Amino acid sequence: MKSTRQAFGEALITLGETFPHIVVLDADLSKSTRTELFSKKFPERFYQMGIAEANMLGTAAGLAFAGHIPFACSFGCFVTGRYDTIRMSIAYAGAPVCIVGTHAGLAVGEDGHSQMGLEDVGLMRMLPGMAVMQPLHAAETLAVMQHFITTPQPMYLRLTRQDLPEMPLNDSWDPYTLRLIAGNPDASIAVIATGAPTFELLDADTYSLWHATSLKPFDRVSMSKIASKAQHIITAEDHSTLGGLGSIVAEVLAELPKHGILHRCGVQDTFGESGTREELYQKHGISKEKLRALISSL
Amino acid sequence: MEHVALIERARRIRRHILTMLTQAGSGHPGGSLSAVEILTVLFFNHMHGWSQDPYPSRDRFVLSKGHAAPALYAVFAELGILDPEELLSFRRLNSRLQGHPDRRRFPLVEASTGSLGQGLSIALGLALGLDAIPVTCLLGDGEMQEGQVWEACAAASRYQLHQLTMIIDANGLQIDGRVEDVMPLEPLDQKLRAFGWQVFEINGHDMDALKVALSVPTHEPKAIIARTIKGKGVSFMEGVASWHGKAPNPAELKAALEELSA
Ligand SMILES: Cc1ncc(C[n+]2csc(CCOP(=O)(O)OP(=O)(O)O)c2C)c(N)n1
Ligand SMILES: [Mg+2]
Repeated sequence: MKSTRQAFGEALITLGETFPHIVVLDADLSKSTRTELFSKKFPERFYQMGIAEANMLGTAAGLAFAGHIPFACSFGCFVTGRYDTIRMSIAYAGAPVCIVGTHAGLAVGEDGHSQMGLEDVGLMRMLPGMAVMQPLHAAETLAVMQHFITTPQPMYLRLTRQDLPEMPLNDSWDPYTLRLIAGNPDASIAVIATGAPTFELLDADTYSLWHATSLKPFDRVSMSKIASKAQHIITAEDHSTLGGLGSIVAEVLAELPKHGILHRCGVQDTFGESGTREELYQKHGISKEKLRALISSL
Repeated sequence: MEHVALIERARRIRRHILTMLTQAGSGHPGGSLSAVEILTVLFFNHMHGWSQDPYPSRDRFVLSKGHAAPALYAVFAELGILDPEELLSFRRLNSRLQGHPDRRRFPLVEASTGSLGQGLSIALGLALGLDAIPVTCLLGDGEMQEGQVWEACAAASRYQLHQLTMIIDANGLQIDGRVEDVMPLEPLDQKLRAFGWQVFEINGHDMDALKVALSVPTHEPKAIIARTIKGKGVSFMEGVASWHGKAPNPAELKAALEELSA
């Protein structure tokens, strides 16, 4: 078991070895984002920016223009909260900065509303040219980071606080393709998941389970193929369905000549709150039990 | 309230804070404990209209460093606004005592905070909109790194908001270490003066000094730099950065409460 933020922190020190242009910026959360590991190994390439996220993001853009490969890190809610700075200094400028938002979604738990990134995917994918990636597990986290380094572009990387099961990466992996995780690909119920809720759905007996790592660009081709067979399509995400995977899939389906019924599971146009992760997943309909109940009802 | 009674309040507030954190299993002891004397003097000696049933015309308070919510809830319990039993619902599902203050569920907390850097602007708006009602805002010293704080500082001076007070809980620490290492802001007093504020620098655990600084009338907005010790009152937490955001376990709670027994 490993959180994707921990995998990220470990990957940074491995990649930092190979790529001397990697620089890391953090805003007084280096223990939480796990950039502390990089800061100890490469102190001269680590910038502690204090509790000042907007300045951190602008500085990252400048470092990118100067030829470095910056990772600018904080909680997802705080980094994406500096929207206009991201919009102008990074996205519009095309600055190849990897904006890293940890503590995705309700899984933050007891800290509650102010610390949960629940709108971050929606905000980031609105920006032209901004890639939005949510790796499923540790191995994918490293692979997505390698992808960023070899094809530099503005990117938002969304990571978990909580530990997740680890899985191997198969040889044909690429970040962009919707990937079958479990079940029969031709099942009449297709579940498209992103991030941690995927693990609530692994017992795919009556449905197919797909993972979207890249939320932007989104794999419309595979989605259309899945939609041509499935009578019911379910999306599952630890994020608001407004702007998140629920919206993304709805947008693809709406442009197809015909498609099945869409059920969007995730946070329903509301704010976060305190509670354990388990309680919050249950309350907001993304626990194993709640998702099962929905699938059984179809 | 006389001095001895205030000391007793502060002690009780510290006990509430620690108990609720252990019960919740998570939360922020360091920055809650450093602010206890500040909040005690504010709510039991200085601000008007705060009682079991606060007046609509009460002085306003904004906890910009929202992670110190346990300290505010403990004060509310001591005021009789909530039953001390309710403190045990802190951070639980559906509780109004959310991990960070939540005005939607509990309007008396005044502002929903927890994303640092926003409270002083809200206090500024309250002061502009409520005319003569005094407004006080508590910020962390790390929090002073947020640019928005300085935007609010400029505006408060532009509008000569003498009824606005900001107290900086200057405990010298933030999450990643000492404020002076992470992103130094000193000399804070000079910077604030240059922004048009009247500045007082005091020991933030000295309740007499707090009373005096709070009551001196000024023509400009007032900033009180309260030099404090993070984790104050619990020997093993004092000045230790790692006690920023973790709850004491039951054994640690026991040891802490022993130090804080009457
Ligand atoms: C915008 C924002 N960035 C980061 C955080 C995470 N965070 C919570 S508390 C804290 C440190 C606060 O330090 P300080 O203001 O000195 O508070 P204190 O020492 O009184 O606890 C940080 C970085 C946050 N809550 N909000
Ligand atoms: Mg501090």
